[in-house]
Amino acid sequence: MDAVLIAEAAVNGILLGGVLALLALGLNLIFGVVDIVWIAYVDLVMVGMYAVYWLVTAYGWPLPLAAVAAVALVAVLGLLVHLLIISPILASPPVNQLLATGGLLFFLQAFATFLWTTDHRSLRLALPVVEVFGMYLSFARLLAFTFAILGMLGLYFFLTRTYIGTAIRAVSQDREAIALMGADMRRVYLVTSAIGGGMAGLAGVLLIIQYSVHPHFGATFGPITFIIVVMGGLGNMFGAVVASLVMSEVISIGGILASTEMAYVVAFVIFIVSIFVRPEGILGRRE
Amino acid sequence: MLEVDRVTAGYGEFTALWDVTLRVSAGEAVAVVGPNGAGKTTLMRIVSGLVPIRAGDLRLDGDSLKGRRAHEIVSRGIAHVPEGRRIFPRLTVEENLKMGAFLPAARRHYAETARRVWDLFPVLAERRRQRAGTLSGGEQQMLAVGRALMSRPRLILLDEPSLGLAPVMVLRLFDLIRRVREEGYTILIVEQNVRQVLSLVDRAYLLEVGRIQVEGRAADLADQDFVRKAYVGI
Repeated sequence: MDAVLIAEAAVNGILLGGVLALLALGLNLIFGVVDIVWIAYVDLVMVGMYAVYWLVTAYGWPLPLAAVAAVALVAVLGLLVHLLIISPILASPPVNQLLATGGLLFFLQAFATFLWTTDHRSLRLALPVVEVFGMYLSFARLLAFTFAILGMLGLYFFLTRTYIGTAIRAVSQDREAIALMGADMRRVYLVTSAIGGGMAGLAGVLLIIQYSVHPHFGATFGPITFIIVVMGGLGNMFGAVVASLVMSEVISIGGILASTEMAYVVAFVIFIVSIFVRPEGILGRRE
Repeated sequence: MLEVDRVTAGYGEFTALWDVTLRVSAGEAVAVVGPNGAGKTTLMRIVSGLVPIRAGDLRLDGDSLKGRRAHEIVSRGIAHVPEGRRIFPRLTVEENLKMGAFLPAARRHYAETARRVWDLFPVLAERRRQRAGTLSGGEQQMLAVGRALMSRPRLILLDEPSLGLAPVMVLRLFDLIRRVREEGYTILIVEQNVRQVLSLVDRAYLLEVGRIQVEGRAADLADQDFVRKAYVGI
């Protein structure tokens, strides 16, 4: 096996890890604050991908403008998911919450199939392949990685430098005390859901420039995103980033050494072992 | 300033407060004492909007606060230092104070208010970049009080501030609360250390099984009988 090929797979793993980390952080943010897992989270990504696809192919929008519109659209969608689905069931048993957000997943998949059929749709961008030290890297992936990093940095500064961002971090530490500070919980939840949605929208933009979209796209990235969030420790942001990189490297390098299917088998085995060894997540706090 | 007017409140089937009437005038320090389970914490929680009132009324400067939610009550000038401190352990000391100044009106004066809090509690200034969860119990209580001051309240509710602190720390804490008082804040305090709290406040109420039993000036109440009642409720 050629060392350059493995190096190329490793770099591709990092590039994929960036987008996965963005997804995992968005899901984790909502879980940490609202305490509900959005089973349909990656299906919001699918909606974002379709939004870019149709704005570019049917309406002739330039890609950057379509990208901004898709992020905004999915952010609004996140807001609506909270208002219409989550907010009425905040006090319900966890099983009902899972069923409700799971129901949203089937709704989004079925609705996308109804509107746009099961055809795989691709932007067919003619983005170049760049050669670095003998490795051939897709420009689309480099672009996606760069914007994923920028998105995560943006989230970091928002959560550490602003009042509402700091309040979002504080909510998961003490829900009642944050209300005593004068923060309206309903507003904190709405802002969090909109940001989580916006991150799903950004991930959609970064994925549509690399992959074709279809109504069941969520099934491709959904399971791995949930695995990453659980492996990194629910609500643990840094753990999610580390777990993303571990998983994407396993998938990428494993894909080169054996096959993609084998790589997923290995990834799932690592996941199962890790939840036995560290059920609170690889970087989790023991409570 | 604050009027609790024949309030009944509780949780689910359970009624914790029966027909409780209490008032705090501007500039006054008032204590509520009583045995465990008397409803002292519930009383604080109805004032800050964490527990709804079933009957009666709650007024601040004559305006009813009934049905207002916790974040709205803070903006009216009431800051609640909850039982058990309830600081944000994984935020830094400074971020905790920032959260105290969450309201837009308080944010505008952040630098000025923070300076007053650093003056009052110099140890917090030394540890401003440390995670709040790493502070000692006494320091955490100071942070909880400092965080409440950040909202620039007129009335401060202190719920068992000495709970879980070493005896030396309790004395220091009471000194600090006295200083907070001297800065002109109105205080409503719930305490187990009856003798010490009576030396701090102007008036006190004795709460037993959800009802106010005795009310009076702190100096008059500092007799043996009252103290015994407050501790054991007989």
